Amino acid sequence: MSDTTDPRKLPSADPHTGNRRVDPITGYDTTGHDWGGITELNTAFPKIVIWALALTFLYSLVAWILLPAWPLGRDYTRGILGLDQGEQAIEGLRELTDDRLPWLSRFSDGDLRALQSDAVLIRQAMPAAERLFEDNCSACHGATGRGGPGFPVLADGYWLWGDDPGGIAETIRFGINSDHADARIAEMPSFDWMARADRLALADYVARLPGAGPVHSSLPGAALFTENCAACHGDGGRGDLEAGAPSLTDDAVIYGQDRSTVMETLSRGRRGVMPAWIDRLSAAEINLLAIYVYRLGQPVGEGAQ
Amino acid sequence: MADTLSLFERRFALLLSILLAAMGMTMVAAARHGVMAVHGFITIALGVGLVLALGRVYYSAPPVAERAGRFYDAPTRLGIAMTLIWAIIGMGAGVWVSALLYWPDATPAVPWTSFGRLRPVHTTGIIFGFGGNALIATSFHVLQRTSRARLAGSVSPWFVLIGYNLFCVWAVTGYLMGSTQSKEYAEAEWYADLWLVVVWVTYFVLYMRTLARREEPHIYVANWYYLAFILVVAMLHIVNNLALPLRLNAAESLPVWSGVQDAMVQWWYGHNAVAFFLTAGFLGMLYYFLPVRSGRPIWSYRLSIVSFWGITFFYIWVGSHHLHYTALPYWVQTLGMTFSVMLLVPSWASAGNAIATLNGAWNKVRDDATLRFMFVAAVFYGLSTFEGSFLAIRPVNSLSHYTDWTVGHVHSGTLGWVAMIVFGAIYTLVPQLSGRETMASSRAVEWHFWLAVAGTLIYVVAMWNAGITQGLMWRAYNENGALSYSFVQSVEKMAPYYLLRTIGGALFLAGAVICVLNCRATVLLAKGEAADRPLVRQPAE
Repeated sequence: MSDTTDPRKLPSADPHTGNRRVDPITGYDTTGHDWGGITELNTAFPKIVIWALALTFLYSLVAWILLPAWPLGRDYTRGILGLDQGEQAIEGLRELTDDRLPWLSRFSDGDLRALQSDAVLIRQAMPAAERLFEDNCSACHGATGRGGPGFPVLADGYWLWGDDPGGIAETIRFGINSDHADARIAEMPSFDWMARADRLALADYVARLPGAGPVHSSLPGAALFTENCAACHGDGGRGDLEAGAPSLTDDAVIYGQDRSTVMETLSRGRRGVMPAWIDRLSAAEINLLAIYVYRLGQPVGEGAQ
Repeated sequence: MADTLSLFERRFALLLSILLAAMGMTMVAAARHGVMAVHGFITIALGVGLVLALGRVYYSAPPVAERAGRFYDAPTRLGIAMTLIWAIIGMGAGVWVSALLYWPDATPAVPWTSFGRLRPVHTTGIIFGFGGNALIATSFHVLQRTSRARLAGSVSPWFVLIGYNLFCVWAVTGYLMGSTQSKEYAEAEWYADLWLVVVWVTYFVLYMRTLARREEPHIYVANWYYLAFILVVAMLHIVNNLALPLRLNAAESLPVWSGVQDAMVQWWYGHNAVAFFLTAGFLGMLYYFLPVRSGRPIWSYRLSIVSFWGITFFYIWVGSHHLHYTALPYWVQTLGMTFSVMLLVPSWASAGNAIATLNGAWNKVRDDATLRFMFVAAVFYGLSTFEGSFLAIRPVNSLSHYTDWTVGHVHSGTLGWVAMIVFGAIYTLVPQLSGRETMASSRAVEWHFWLAVAGTLIYVVAMWNAGITQGLMWRAYNENGALSYSFVQSVEKMAPYYLLRTIGGALFLAGAVICVLNCRATVLLAKGEAADRPLVRQPAE
């Protein structure tokens, strides 16, 4: 390493004057450094950069004076605006809540059927209910409540557990088979102990239940059904709304009612879960959702939208 | 590779390779099964492969005596090859996961193909695999040329490169097997992190020793940046990855940081990974290859100095702007915001210095696609740094945060700036190291350039639209105080932008594939070694 910093001894410098090569294009002289052919111009520091630096420093200085900024051991400079982001967040939340309060508070208790017939209130509330439904329920039940395998359709007239807003609200509040103490409990037990031939006969019988036409009680599955299934699903499979046992005679299904799906259900049992929402949504929001879901099931024109 | 080593160095390399295989065996024996055992097997394979490669040339003629008077370019060649391989892996994974966002049902029912496992393959493959190899390879080249000194070691450059790539392979295969410590850009588990420390310290020592040998009185700007990159990344990596292994024979650990301190340390690391990995090192690349390719002097030495110290000083403060409106104390957010704004000036000074350097060479920018890559890189560097400072302002961030705007911002930096300067450097280096004037096909370079520019623009514009749409939809309330849109509606609105993003990414990937083929063709047409001037200064004629 050559350790000289004498300008006259630097490469490209005039050995007598120390003047360096001038770049013909810009007219600036070079710094005299040369790294494998790379040189640098000795361009004066551009004034605009100094101004820009000063401007951003000034911005920062103002921000530091106005806002919480520098740590001081256990405390920090509070800023003359005295802002606190926790308070700001609570304030912002309160403003939004206040906007909703006039109409939302009416849902916190009271007769859901009566609320539902208040057309002005419903028109005001249903867009909010739709957002609530899409943000909380649609992941399983679908954006329009059309459900899917394992997730009941809400946008039809068939119900489990309750067919009025009050019953629906109860389901939303505590869930089904959820971990809440007041959850609705329903389990389709597994019939894996039953002979396969019997299960096949039963599946065949259940698969024929929906739709028109009488099912012959002479079918081999009929007696098996009465013995094993009717306790929950009712005579002839009409279902039991209050016990959460689905009707097997209508064309609404949760998992499917073709023979192979019924065989699967019989062999393994079913224990669908709907979570409890009481800790995530307010009482008013749950009631609002209950009315929204109830209206999803009403015929178009009379019901939702 | 081994034919560049003397007999003593071959023995030393052989010893290191055997130790590597032994380390792999220890890992397999200790872990017996799981991620660490697979990593052990990979290490054994690498160690045995290196022993075989060394054995094949062990008795071949030793290198010429005057090798000390030549630059040591063989490690750079391996580094460039690894850069290109990782480019295809990383960009391919990126295009695939972006397509999964548009066609989520296309995810096969196999765990390792899930989005969550493939996404870090993309980020690690690009940042560490593609970017890291490019930085190491070019740093060896630039360091030697600007210092007029041969690398201060014959085995250590190989150790750095091979060891570094072993880290990348461990990291990426670990993610595929579901192993992660869940820290953004630092997902690799504890033993991979420790291994990287060993590699990185070797890199630092090699760099410093070579610099100490330099024949130039001053240290060139590019080396300041490369050194900042090496030094600060070591610091960031060590602090952020401090963790206690649950067991010494498994890839599981708990970070020593917790709560908001963990978040702060993570984003102090995360943003400085952008600053010192994805910016400082690549500025080093820009400061060398731009003047070399354009044949122009750096426009202002003074500006270089202010930019360098501005960037290194301000960047370290700004990580907290990733945590605006969170549990992080307000005062830390204010500091992050204000330092981000002050950072803009030195960043733009760098970009401006690069563009002003092209004064007098604009005809070359027009005619030479390689130089155009570097010019576009400088422009996108300016754009992304402006955008970054802007997004760091708290109220702006309240709109942009958690949206795809952030993704667009990152990619305007990584596609437009980092990848462009890497390709510019590769197109300068590959012919030179092959003793040629030009790449095998200049038309292919031209095609690559336009594919890359088109891909970047489509990607970035799509993500700007996507992010602003999301931000506005999420904050919209109707007159009754209810949200105007549900979250899933904002997701549905993303479909066209996500499709465009995949198209943009695919164009960029297509350009990279052309680059790989062109580099291969160029190397096959090689006419010997780099014809640089000798190390020792020639007397004036």
